[in-house]
Amino acid sequence: MRPDEISGVIKTKFPQAKEEAGTNNIIVPKESLLELAQYLKNPPLAFDNLHCITAVDRKEKMELVYILYSICERHGVTLKVYLTPEDLNVASLSALWKSANWLEREVYDLFGIIFSGHPDLRRILNPYDWKGYPLRKDYSNPELIPKPRL
Amino acid sequence: MAVIEKIPAAKLIRKVPGGGLFLTTSESLLKWGKASSLWPMTFGLACCAFEMIAAGASRFDIDRFGAGVFRASPRQCDVMVVAGTICIKMGDCIRRLYAQMPEPKYVIAMGNCAVSGGIFYYDTYSVIKGTEALGIAVDVFIPGCPPRPENLLFGLMKLQEKIRNEKDAAR
Repeated sequence: MRPDEISGVIKTKFPQAKEEAGTNNIIVPKESLLELAQYLKNPPLAFDNLHCITAVDRKEKMELVYILYSICERHGVTLKVYLTPEDLNVASLSALWKSANWLEREVYDLFGIIFSGHPDLRRILNPYDWKGYPLRKDYSNPELIPKPRL
Repeated sequence: MAVIEKIPAAKLIRKVPGGGLFLTTSESLLKWGKASSLWPMTFGLACCAFEMIAAGASRFDIDRFGAGVFRASPRQCDVMVVAGTICIKMGDCIRRLYAQMPEPKYVIAMGNCAVSGGIFYYDTYSVIKGTEALGIAVDVFIPGCPPRPENLLFGLMKLQEKIRNEKDAAR
């Protein structure tokens, strides 16, 4: 299916999902993420591969990005969830896709987003006793050596 | 004799006139043997490890210099080639591997990351700034990002030179 067809199918099934301006990315409210993911995993869309989870710190909001791919149908879609910095909780998708387990741990490690329902939400890249979330814009660490401005 | 000249400790070796015997000091023989059979560890951290692998393969062939047997256990090694970026989580492992190596042991810091942190020096939260920052004394630094296999061979020869010029052969 073409990207615009996929977003059309999703929008008719889930009217609360919006399309990001200029792209075919789907913006979904975090309350309906789990329900939408359940729908996407099964036919007709059959997204059997959760490719990537990442996040973008936009300061006023945190953008959570899910990249899905269907190996049997050979099409893909990108989901986005906007979170406010005060409430960085979102439902875990690890029950649907096994790959979500480690990907969500990575996003938790680097951005501090809490995935509720995750079986083992520990840090994965940084040491377990690490303080802070390094990929946030406001992260600072006394051991960082700032780059001199030339 | 041509064979004698090829031996690094040639100046110390004398041939008994008319005989088939070599005379040398036991110390220089020991150092020569030590320098000519280095046993590196099978151990790579990042992209520099690929240059190390290339140096071990047939084209560059680190075996020509007697350092081709990469051992899979630190207890059988005497050279640690720190090839790549040292992350904080990996730092403890490197310290432990170094502690497990028997004396005498030598360290080659290969590549800018292992020398000083390299491109990860500024604004990086996860990288230790070089092997010496771990508290491990380095014998030979090889700069480059990554250094070519020839550079590693050159560094290895510098290490051999260092071993041959050691004051205390029993180190």
